[in-house]
Amino acid sequence: MTAALVLLVILGGWEAYVDLGGIDALVLPAPSAIATSLVDDRALLWSNFTVTAREIVLGIAAALVVGLVCAVAVHLSTSARRALYPLLVTTQAIPTPMIAPLLVVWFDYDLRPKIVLVALVCFFPIVVSTIDALDRSDADLRKLMRSFGASRWQTFRLVEAPAALPGLVTGAKLSLAFGGIAAVLAEWSGSENGLGHLVLQALPEFETARACAAVVVLAAFSVAMFGALSLAERRLLPWTRSAR
Amino acid sequence: MQTRTTAPPEAPATGIDVDAVRLHGVSKSYAPARRGAGAVVALERVSLDVREGEILAIVGPNGCGKTTLLELVCGLIEPDEGMVRAQPAALMAQRDLLLPWASAADNAALALRVGGCDRARARERAADLLRDFGLAGFERARPHELSGGMRQRVAFARTLLAGRPLLCLDEPFAALDAITRQQMQDWLAGTLRADPRTVVLVTHDVEEAIVLADRVAVLSPRPGRVVATLDVDIPRPRRRTDPELVALRARALEELGA
Repeated sequence: MTAALVLLVILGGWEAYVDLGGIDALVLPAPSAIATSLVDDRALLWSNFTVTAREIVLGIAAALVVGLVCAVAVHLSTSARRALYPLLVTTQAIPTPMIAPLLVVWFDYDLRPKIVLVALVCFFPIVVSTIDALDRSDADLRKLMRSFGASRWQTFRLVEAPAALPGLVTGAKLSLAFGGIAAVLAEWSGSENGLGHLVLQALPEFETARACAAVVVLAAFSVAMFGALSLAERRLLPWTRSAR
Repeated sequence: MQTRTTAPPEAPATGIDVDAVRLHGVSKSYAPARRGAGAVVALERVSLDVREGEILAIVGPNGCGKTTLLELVCGLIEPDEGMVRAQPAALMAQRDLLLPWASAADNAALALRVGGCDRARARERAADLLRDFGLAGFERARPHELSGGMRQRVAFARTLLAGRPLLCLDEPFAALDAITRQQMQDWLAGTLRADPRTVVLVTHDVEEAIVLADRVAVLSPRPGRVVATLDVDIPRPRRRTDPELVALRARALEELGA
Protein backbone atom coordinates (compact mmCIF):
# COMPACT_ATOMS: atom_id res chain seq x y z
CA MET A 1 0.00 0.00 0.00
CA THR A 2 2.68 2.48 1.05
CA ALA A 3 4.90 1.22 -1.75
CA ALA A 4 2.12 1.86 -4.28
CA LEU A 5 1.68 5.39 -2.95
CA VAL A 6 5.40 6.13 -3.15
CA LEU A 7 5.49 4.72 -6.70
CA LEU A 8 2.52 6.91 -7.67
CA VAL A 9 4.22 10.05 -6.35
CA ILE A 10 7.45 9.22 -8.19
CA LEU A 11 5.60 8.52 -11.47
CA GLY A 12 3.59 11.73 -11.12
CA GLY A 13 6.73 13.76 -10.52
CA TRP A 14 8.46 12.07 -13.45
CA GLU A 15 5.52 12.75 -15.80
CA ALA A 16 5.37 16.40 -14.73
CA TYR A 17 9.15 16.78 -15.11
CA VAL A 18 9.08 15.44 -18.70
CA ASP A 19 5.95 17.41 -19.69
CA LEU A 20 6.78 20.75 -18.10
CA GLY A 21 10.57 20.62 -18.39
CA GLY A 22 10.48 20.03 -22.16
CA ILE A 23 12.66 16.93 -21.88
CA ASP A 24 13.36 15.17 -25.19
CA ALA A 25 11.38 11.90 -25.25
CA LEU A 26 14.45 10.22 -26.75
CA VAL A 27 16.43 10.98 -23.60
CA LEU A 28 13.72 10.27 -21.03
CA PRO A 29 10.27 9.14 -22.09
CA ALA A 30 7.32 9.97 -19.85
CA PRO A 31 5.75 7.14 -17.82
CA SER A 32 2.64 7.42 -19.97
CA ALA A 33 4.72 6.78 -23.12
CA ILE A 34 6.31 3.73 -21.45
CA ALA A 35 2.87 2.47 -20.46
CA THR A 36 1.69 2.85 -24.05
CA SER A 37 4.70 0.87 -25.24
CA LEU A 38 3.99 -1.83 -22.63
CA VAL A 39 0.55 -2.30 -24.19
CA ASP A 40 1.46 -1.85 -27.88
CA ASP A 41 4.59 -3.99 -27.78
CA ARG A 42 3.24 -6.64 -25.42
CA ALA A 43 3.77 -9.56 -27.81
CA LEU A 44 7.36 -8.52 -28.49
CA LEU A 45 8.05 -7.87 -24.81
CA TRP A 46 6.55 -11.18 -23.75
CA SER A 47 8.50 -13.33 -26.21
CA ASN A 48 11.76 -11.68 -25.19
CA PHE A 49 10.81 -11.79 -21.51
CA THR A 50 10.42 -15.59 -21.56
CA VAL A 51 13.99 -15.88 -22.85
CA THR A 52 15.50 -13.60 -20.22
CA ALA A 53 13.39 -15.10 -17.42
CA ARG A 54 14.68 -18.55 -18.33
CA GLU A 55 18.29 -17.27 -18.28
CA ILE A 56 17.78 -15.74 -14.84
CA VAL A 57 15.95 -18.68 -13.28
CA LEU A 58 18.31 -21.34 -14.63
CA GLY A 59 21.34 -19.20 -13.79
CA ILE A 60 20.23 -18.70 -10.20
CA ALA A 61 19.34 -22.39 -9.89
CA ALA A 62 22.86 -23.32 -11.03
CA ALA A 63 24.32 -20.74 -8.62
CA LEU A 64 22.27 -22.25 -5.76
CA VAL A 65 23.54 -25.76 -6.44
CA VAL A 66 27.21 -24.82 -6.87
CA GLY A 67 27.03 -22.22 -4.10
CA LEU A 68 25.56 -24.68 -1.63
CA VAL A 69 28.24 -27.28 -2.37
CA CYS A 70 31.02 -24.69 -2.00
CA ALA A 71 29.55 -23.25 1.22
CA VAL A 72 29.31 -26.69 2.84
CA ALA A 73 32.86 -27.56 1.75
CA VAL A 74 34.25 -24.29 3.10
CA HIS A 75 32.33 -24.73 6.35
CA LEU A 76 33.33 -28.32 6.98
CA SER A 77 36.94 -28.24 5.85
CA THR A 78 39.58 -25.77 6.94
CA SER A 79 41.71 -26.54 3.91
CA ALA A 80 38.74 -25.94 1.60
CA ARG A 81 38.24 -22.61 3.37
CA ARG A 82 41.87 -21.65 2.79
CA ALA A 83 41.87 -22.82 -0.81
CA LEU A 84 38.43 -21.73 -1.99
CA TYR A 85 37.53 -18.55 -0.17
CA PRO A 86 40.16 -16.24 -1.74
CA LEU A 87 39.29 -17.73 -5.13
CA LEU A 88 35.60 -16.99 -4.58
CA VAL A 89 36.36 -13.36 -3.88
CA THR A 90 38.65 -13.19 -6.93
CA THR A 91 35.89 -14.34 -9.28
CA GLN A 92 33.87 -11.33 -8.18
CA ALA A 93 36.71 -8.89 -8.84
CA ILE A 94 36.68 -9.68 -12.59
CA PRO A 95 34.39 -7.19 -14.38
CA THR A 96 31.44 -9.01 -15.94
CA PRO A 97 31.81 -7.34 -19.39
CA MET A 98 35.28 -8.91 -19.63
CA ILE A 99 34.03 -12.44 -19.12
CA ALA A 100 30.86 -12.15 -21.20
CA PRO A 101 32.50 -12.18 -24.69
CA LEU A 102 34.72 -15.06 -23.64
CA LEU A 103 31.67 -17.04 -22.59
CA VAL A 104 30.08 -16.37 -25.99
CA VAL A 105 33.22 -17.75 -27.63
CA TRP A 106 33.10 -20.85 -25.45
CA PHE A 107 29.38 -21.51 -25.37
CA ASP A 108 28.02 -19.97 -28.56
CA TYR A 109 25.11 -17.55 -28.89
CA ASP A 110 22.39 -19.59 -27.23
CA LEU A 111 21.17 -19.70 -23.63
CA ARG A 112 24.30 -21.25 -22.17
CA PRO A 113 26.66 -18.23 -21.91
CA LYS A 114 23.84 -16.21 -20.30
CA ILE A 115 23.09 -18.91 -17.74
CA VAL A 116 26.79 -19.22 -16.91
CA LEU A 117 27.18 -15.47 -16.47
CA VAL A 118 24.06 -15.14 -14.31
CA ALA A 119 25.30 -18.07 -12.23
CA LEU A 120 28.77 -16.53 -11.89
CA VAL A 121 27.34 -13.25 -10.62
CA CYS A 122 24.68 -14.79 -8.34
CA PHE A 123 26.91 -17.46 -6.92
CA PHE A 124 28.84 -15.09 -4.67
CA PRO A 125 26.03 -13.65 -2.50
CA ILE A 126 24.66 -17.17 -2.09
CA VAL A 127 27.99 -18.65 -0.99
CA VAL A 128 28.89 -15.84 1.37
CA SER A 129 25.54 -15.61 3.14
CA THR A 130 25.34 -19.41 3.46
CA ILE A 131 28.87 -19.72 4.85
CA ASP A 132 28.18 -16.92 7.33
CA ALA A 133 24.93 -18.56 8.44
CA LEU A 134 26.68 -21.91 8.88
CA ASP A 135 29.54 -20.35 10.83
CA ARG A 136 27.21 -18.37 13.06
CA SER A 137 25.25 -21.38 14.32
CA ASP A 138 25.00 -21.53 18.10
CA ALA A 139 28.24 -22.61 19.83
CA ASP A 140 26.29 -23.87 22.87
CA LEU A 141 24.21 -26.07 20.59
CA ARG A 142 27.34 -27.54 19.06
CA LYS A 143 28.60 -28.21 22.59
CA LEU A 144 25.32 -29.90 23.47
CA MET A 145 25.61 -32.11 20.39
CA ARG A 146 29.16 -32.99 21.42
CA SER A 147 27.92 -33.97 24.89
CA PHE A 148 25.50 -36.35 23.13
CA GLY A 149 28.47 -37.87 21.32
CA ALA A 150 27.41 -36.51 17.93
CA SER A 151 29.78 -36.80 14.98
CA ARG A 152 30.78 -33.75 12.95
CA TRP A 153 28.38 -34.82 10.22
CA GLN A 154 25.48 -35.34 12.63
CA THR A 155 25.98 -31.90 14.11
CA PHE A 156 26.01 -30.49 10.60
CA ARG A 157 22.91 -32.36 9.46
CA LEU A 158 20.77 -31.95 12.58
CA VAL A 159 21.82 -28.49 13.77
CA GLU A 160 23.95 -26.39 11.44
CA ALA A 161 22.29 -27.06 8.09
CA PRO A 162 18.72 -26.23 9.18
CA ALA A 163 20.00 -23.17 11.03
CA ALA A 164 21.68 -21.94 7.84
CA LEU A 165 18.61 -22.23 5.58
CA PRO A 166 17.51 -18.62 6.20
CA GLY A 167 21.01 -17.52 5.14
CA LEU A 168 20.63 -19.45 1.91
CA VAL A 169 17.31 -17.70 1.25
CA THR A 170 18.90 -14.30 1.93
CA GLY A 171 21.59 -15.15 -0.61
CA ALA A 172 18.95 -16.15 -3.15
CA LYS A 173 17.11 -12.85 -2.56
CA LEU A 174 20.28 -10.86 -3.14
CA SER A 175 21.07 -12.87 -6.25
CA LEU A 176 17.69 -11.92 -7.74
CA ALA A 177 18.79 -8.30 -7.78
CA PHE A 178 22.08 -9.10 -9.52
CA GLY A 179 20.66 -11.81 -11.79
CA GLY A 180 18.63 -9.42 -13.95
CA ILE A 181 21.58 -7.12 -14.55
CA ALA A 182 23.83 -10.07 -15.34
CA ALA A 183 21.35 -11.46 -17.88
CA VAL A 184 21.11 -8.11 -19.65
CA LEU A 185 24.90 -7.71 -19.73
CA ALA A 186 25.25 -11.23 -21.11
CA GLU A 187 22.72 -10.48 -23.84
CA TRP A 188 24.58 -7.30 -24.77
CA SER A 189 27.67 -9.37 -25.42
CA GLY A 190 25.95 -11.37 -28.12
CA SER A 191 22.39 -12.58 -28.44
CA GLU A 192 19.46 -12.88 -30.81
CA ASN A 193 16.68 -12.30 -28.31
CA GLY A 194 15.87 -11.41 -24.71
CA LEU A 195 14.97 -8.17 -22.96
CA GLY A 196 18.58 -6.96 -22.97
CA HIS A 197 18.74 -7.61 -26.70
CA LEU A 198 15.48 -5.69 -27.10
CA VAL A 199 16.94 -2.67 -25.27
CA LEU A 200 20.07 -2.78 -27.40
CA GLN A 201 17.96 -2.78 -30.57
CA ALA A 202 15.43 -0.17 -29.45
CA LEU A 203 17.95 2.53 -28.56
CA PRO A 204 19.48 3.10 -32.04
CA GLU A 205 15.94 3.01 -33.48
CA PHE A 206 14.99 5.91 -31.19
CA GLU A 207 12.44 3.69 -29.44
CA THR A 208 13.48 4.79 -25.97
CA ALA A 209 10.02 4.13 -24.55
CA ARG A 210 10.23 0.50 -25.69
CA ALA A 211 13.67 0.13 -24.08
CA CYS A 212 12.24 1.50 -20.85
CA ALA A 213 9.26 -0.84 -21.13
CA ALA A 214 11.69 -3.77 -21.34
CA VAL A 215 13.40 -2.56 -18.17
CA VAL A 216 10.02 -2.23 -16.44
CA VAL A 217 9.19 -5.83 -17.34
CA LEU A 218 12.55 -7.00 -15.99
CA ALA A 219 12.06 -5.05 -12.75
CA ALA A 220 8.55 -6.40 -12.31
CA PHE A 221 9.88 -9.92 -12.74
CA SER A 222 12.52 -9.35 -10.05
CA VAL A 223 9.93 -7.94 -7.65
CA ALA A 224 7.59 -10.87 -8.30
CA MET A 225 10.37 -13.42 -7.74
CA PHE A 226 11.43 -11.61 -4.58
CA GLY A 227 7.85 -11.73 -3.32
CA ALA A 228 7.58 -15.42 -4.15
CA LEU A 229 10.79 -16.15 -2.25
CA SER A 230 9.61 -14.18 0.78
CA LEU A 231 6.34 -16.09 0.72
CA ALA A 232 8.15 -19.42 0.42
CA GLU A 233 10.39 -18.39 3.33
CA ARG A 234 7.40 -17.64 5.55
CA ARG A 235 5.75 -20.92 4.58
CA LEU A 236 8.74 -23.24 4.72
CA LEU A 237 10.84 -21.58 7.43
CA PRO A 238 8.14 -20.23 9.78
CA TRP A 239 10.48 -20.17 12.77
CA THR A 240 12.59 -17.37 11.29
CA ARG A 241 9.63 -15.03 11.52
CA SER A 242 8.67 -15.86 15.08
CA ALA A 243 12.27 -15.59 16.26
CA ARG A 244 12.39 -11.92 15.33
CA MET B 1 33.41 -45.23 33.18
CA GLN B 2 35.86 -42.85 31.60
CA THR B 3 38.99 -41.59 33.26
CA ARG B 4 40.97 -38.53 32.38
CA THR B 5 44.08 -37.87 34.36
CA THR B 6 46.48 -35.00 34.09
CA ALA B 7 49.28 -35.12 36.66
CA PRO B 8 47.26 -35.97 39.76
CA PRO B 9 48.64 -34.26 42.89
CA GLU B 10 48.39 -37.57 44.70
CA ALA B 11 47.25 -40.85 43.25
CA PRO B 12 43.70 -41.65 44.27
CA ALA B 13 43.05 -44.94 46.02
CA THR B 14 41.97 -47.53 43.51
CA GLY B 15 39.31 -50.00 44.43
CA ILE B 16 35.63 -50.62 43.97
CA ASP B 17 34.17 -47.37 42.79
CA VAL B 18 30.68 -46.49 43.96
CA ASP B 19 31.11 -42.88 43.02
CA ALA B 20 29.38 -41.64 39.89
CA VAL B 21 31.68 -38.64 39.84
CA ARG B 22 35.06 -38.17 41.41
CA LEU B 23 37.01 -34.93 41.14
CA HIS B 24 40.37 -34.77 42.82
CA GLY B 25 42.45 -31.57 43.10
CA VAL B 26 41.07 -30.25 39.84
CA SER B 27 42.24 -26.87 38.58
CA LYS B 28 41.30 -25.11 35.39
CA SER B 29 42.21 -21.70 34.06
CA TYR B 30 41.42 -19.90 30.85
CA ALA B 31 43.66 -17.83 28.63
CA PRO B 32 43.21 -14.11 29.31
CA ALA B 33 40.72 -12.28 27.13
CA ARG B 34 43.25 -9.52 26.44
CA ARG B 35 46.97 -9.75 25.98
CA GLY B 36 48.86 -8.76 29.08
CA ALA B 37 46.04 -9.70 31.43
CA GLY B 38 46.58 -12.67 33.71
CA ALA B 39 44.98 -16.05 33.07
CA VAL B 40 41.51 -16.45 34.60
CA VAL B 41 41.56 -19.20 37.18
CA ALA B 42 38.09 -20.73 37.09
CA LEU B 43 38.64 -23.62 39.51
CA GLU B 44 41.41 -24.19 42.05
CA ARG B 45 42.10 -27.61 43.52
CA VAL B 46 38.49 -28.73 43.69
CA SER B 47 37.75 -32.16 45.10
CA LEU B 48 34.22 -33.53 45.00
CA ASP B 49 32.54 -36.93 44.96
CA VAL B 50 29.02 -37.73 43.87
CA ARG B 51 27.65 -41.09 44.95
CA GLU B 52 25.54 -43.12 42.62
CA GLY B 53 21.87 -42.12 42.93
CA GLU B 54 22.73 -38.94 44.79
CA ILE B 55 21.55 -35.45 43.92
CA LEU B 56 24.39 -33.04 44.51
CA ALA B 57 23.78 -29.33 44.22
CA ILE B 58 26.68 -26.96 43.67
CA VAL B 59 25.95 -23.38 44.66
CA GLY B 60 28.16 -20.37 44.23
CA PRO B 61 28.16 -16.81 43.00
CA ASN B 62 28.27 -16.03 39.30
CA GLY B 63 31.67 -16.59 37.77
CA CYS B 64 32.88 -19.14 40.33
CA GLY B 65 33.47 -21.81 37.72
CA LYS B 66 30.25 -23.78 38.15
CA THR B 67 29.76 -24.25 34.44
CA THR B 68 33.43 -25.17 34.01
CA LEU B 69 32.94 -27.87 36.62
CA LEU B 70 30.04 -29.39 34.70
CA GLU B 71 31.90 -29.22 31.40
CA LEU B 72 34.75 -31.12 33.05
CA VAL B 73 32.34 -33.76 34.34
CA CYS B 74 30.75 -34.06 30.89
CA GLY B 75 34.16 -34.43 29.26
CA LEU B 76 33.74 -31.33 27.11
CA ILE B 77 36.98 -29.83 28.44
CA GLU B 78 40.12 -31.22 30.11
CA PRO B 79 41.47 -30.11 33.50
CA ASP B 80 44.83 -28.33 33.74
CA GLU B 81 45.68 -30.54 36.68
CA GLY B 82 43.93 -33.05 38.89
CA MET B 83 41.77 -36.01 38.11
CA VAL B 84 38.26 -36.17 36.70
CA ARG B 85 36.39 -39.43 36.71
CA ALA B 86 32.77 -39.52 35.74
CA GLN B 87 30.15 -41.82 34.37
CA PRO B 88 28.82 -40.78 30.96
CA ALA B 89 26.80 -37.63 31.52
CA ALA B 90 24.06 -35.70 29.74
CA LEU B 91 24.16 -31.94 29.98
CA MET B 92 21.22 -29.56 30.32
CA ALA B 93 22.06 -25.89 30.03
CA GLN B 94 20.44 -22.74 31.36
CA ARG B 95 19.30 -21.80 27.85
CA ASP B 96 16.93 -24.51 26.69
CA LEU B 97 18.83 -24.76 23.36
CA LEU B 98 15.80 -26.19 21.59
CA LEU B 99 15.97 -26.28 17.80
CA PRO B 100 13.48 -23.64 16.64
CA TRP B 101 12.55 -25.56 13.48
CA ALA B 102 11.84 -28.88 15.19
CA SER B 103 8.73 -29.99 17.06
CA ALA B 104 8.80 -30.62 20.83
CA ALA B 105 8.98 -34.38 20.19
CA ASP B 106 11.80 -34.05 17.66
CA ASN B 107 13.69 -31.79 20.05
CA ALA B 108 13.31 -34.23 22.92
CA ALA B 109 14.42 -37.00 20.55
CA LEU B 110 17.64 -35.25 19.49
CA ALA B 111 20.00 -37.38 21.55
CA LEU B 112 18.20 -40.54 20.40
CA ARG B 113 18.71 -39.50 16.79
CA VAL B 114 22.40 -38.91 17.48
CA GLY B 115 22.54 -42.37 19.00
CA GLY B 116 21.33 -43.85 15.72
CA CYS B 117 17.67 -44.41 16.57
CA ASP B 118 15.45 -43.98 13.49
CA ARG B 119 13.27 -40.90 13.27
CA ALA B 120 9.86 -42.46 13.82
CA ARG B 121 10.88 -44.56 16.82
CA ALA B 122 12.81 -41.69 18.41
CA ARG B 123 9.84 -39.39 17.98
CA GLU B 124 7.50 -41.98 19.49
CA ARG B 125 9.64 -42.50 22.59
CA ALA B 126 10.05 -38.76 23.03
CA ALA B 127 6.31 -38.16 22.68
CA ASP B 128 5.62 -40.80 25.36
CA LEU B 129 7.95 -39.06 27.79
CA LEU B 130 6.52 -35.62 26.97
CA ARG B 131 3.06 -36.93 27.83
CA ASP B 132 4.41 -38.13 31.19
CA PHE B 133 5.76 -34.60 31.65
CA GLY B 134 2.30 -33.04 31.21
CA LEU B 135 2.91 -31.96 27.64
CA ALA B 136 0.24 -34.12 25.99
CA GLY B 137 -1.07 -32.30 22.94
CA PHE B 138 2.12 -30.29 22.55
CA GLU B 139 4.23 -33.04 20.96
CA ARG B 140 4.10 -31.33 17.58
CA ALA B 141 4.35 -27.74 18.81
CA ARG B 142 7.42 -25.73 17.85
CA PRO B 143 9.45 -24.22 20.72
CA HIS B 144 8.15 -20.68 20.12
CA GLU B 145 4.63 -21.95 20.77
CA LEU B 146 5.60 -23.19 24.24
CA SER B 147 5.96 -21.31 27.52
CA GLY B 148 9.31 -21.06 29.29
CA GLY B 149 8.44 -23.82 31.75
CA MET B 150 7.26 -26.13 28.97
CA ARG B 151 10.44 -25.52 27.01
CA GLN B 152 12.56 -26.48 30.02
CA ARG B 153 10.51 -29.67 30.40
CA VAL B 154 11.20 -30.52 26.75
CA ALA B 155 14.90 -29.82 27.36
CA PHE B 156 14.83 -32.07 30.43
CA ALA B 157 13.12 -34.83 28.44
CA ARG B 158 15.90 -34.51 25.84
CA THR B 159 18.49 -34.83 28.64
CA LEU B 160 16.81 -37.93 30.09
CA LEU B 161 16.49 -39.57 26.68
CA ALA B 162 20.23 -39.25 26.17
CA GLY B 163 20.22 -42.39 28.30
CA ARG B 164 23.23 -41.45 30.42
CA PRO B 165 23.43 -42.57 34.06
CA LEU B 166 24.46 -39.08 35.14
CA LEU B 167 22.56 -35.82 34.60
CA CYS B 168 24.39 -32.50 34.71
CA LEU B 169 21.97 -29.61 35.11
CA ASP B 170 23.45 -26.15 34.64
CA GLU B 171 21.11 -23.56 36.20
CA PRO B 172 18.18 -25.19 34.43
CA PHE B 173 15.56 -22.78 35.73
CA ALA B 174 17.51 -19.54 36.00
CA ALA B 175 15.86 -18.06 32.92
CA LEU B 176 12.33 -18.59 34.26
CA ASP B 177 10.17 -16.19 36.25
CA ALA B 178 9.96 -16.78 40.02
CA ILE B 179 6.60 -18.55 40.08
CA THR B 180 7.36 -20.84 37.13
CA ARG B 181 10.77 -21.55 38.66
CA GLN B 182 9.17 -22.80 41.91
CA GLN B 183 6.70 -24.92 39.96
CA MET B 184 9.50 -26.40 37.89
CA GLN B 185 11.58 -27.14 41.00
CA ASP B 186 8.66 -29.02 42.55
CA TRP B 187 8.04 -30.79 39.26
CA LEU B 188 11.70 -31.84 38.97
CA ALA B 189 11.72 -33.04 42.60
CA GLY B 190 8.67 -35.20 41.84
CA THR B 191 10.11 -36.50 38.57
CA LEU B 192 13.38 -37.47 40.22
CA ARG B 193 11.51 -39.20 43.08
CA ALA B 194 9.61 -41.29 40.54
CA ASP B 195 12.70 -41.97 38.41
CA PRO B 196 15.82 -41.61 40.58
CA ARG B 197 19.03 -40.54 38.82
CA THR B 198 22.45 -39.35 39.76
CA VAL B 199 22.31 -35.60 39.36
CA VAL B 200 24.80 -32.77 39.58
CA LEU B 201 22.79 -29.57 39.77
CA VAL B 202 24.58 -26.27 39.44
CA THR B 203 22.71 -23.18 40.62
CA HIS B 204 23.14 -19.82 42.28
CA ASP B 205 19.72 -20.21 43.92
CA VAL B 206 20.36 -21.60 47.42
CA GLU B 207 16.71 -22.44 48.00
CA GLU B 208 16.57 -24.42 44.76
CA ALA B 209 19.66 -26.35 45.88
CA ILE B 210 18.15 -27.27 49.25
CA VAL B 211 14.69 -28.12 47.89
CA LEU B 212 16.16 -30.53 45.35
CA ALA B 213 19.46 -31.93 46.60
CA ASP B 214 20.70 -34.60 49.02
CA ARG B 215 23.89 -32.62 49.52
CA VAL B 216 24.94 -29.07 48.77
CA ALA B 217 28.51 -28.03 47.94
CA VAL B 218 29.27 -24.34 48.37
CA LEU B 219 31.84 -22.81 46.03
CA SER B 220 33.80 -19.63 46.75
CA PRO B 221 33.99 -16.72 44.31
CA ARG B 222 36.66 -16.98 41.61
CA PRO B 223 38.81 -18.96 41.77
CA GLY B 224 36.19 -21.54 42.71
CA ARG B 225 37.01 -23.74 45.68
CA VAL B 226 34.72 -25.93 47.74
CA VAL B 227 34.29 -24.05 51.03
CA ALA B 228 31.59 -26.24 52.58
CA THR B 229 29.38 -29.24 51.97
CA LEU B 230 26.02 -29.47 53.71
CA ASP B 231 23.94 -32.63 54.01
CA VAL B 232 20.24 -32.06 53.45
CA ASP B 233 18.46 -34.61 55.65
CA ILE B 234 14.98 -33.25 55.13
CA PRO B 235 12.30 -35.76 54.11
CA ARG B 236 10.61 -35.28 50.75
CA PRO B 237 8.38 -33.71 49.56
CA ARG B 238 10.01 -30.64 51.02
CA ARG B 239 8.24 -27.42 51.85
CA ARG B 240 10.07 -24.14 51.43
CA THR B 241 8.64 -22.91 54.75
CA ASP B 242 9.92 -25.92 56.69
CA PRO B 243 11.99 -24.41 59.61
CA GLU B 244 14.73 -26.98 59.04
CA LEU B 245 14.98 -25.98 55.38
CA VAL B 246 14.97 -22.29 56.26
CA ALA B 247 17.75 -22.82 58.81
CA LEU B 248 19.86 -24.76 56.32
CA ARG B 249 19.30 -22.06 53.74
CA ALA B 250 20.59 -19.46 56.19
CA ARG B 251 23.68 -21.58 56.83
CA ALA B 252 24.39 -22.01 53.15
CA LEU B 253 24.01 -18.28 52.57
CA GLU B 254 26.41 -17.66 55.45
CA GLU B 255 28.96 -19.98 53.85
CA LEU B 256 28.53 -18.04 50.62
CA GLY B 257 29.34 -14.89 52.52
CA ALA B 258 26.00 -13.29 51.73
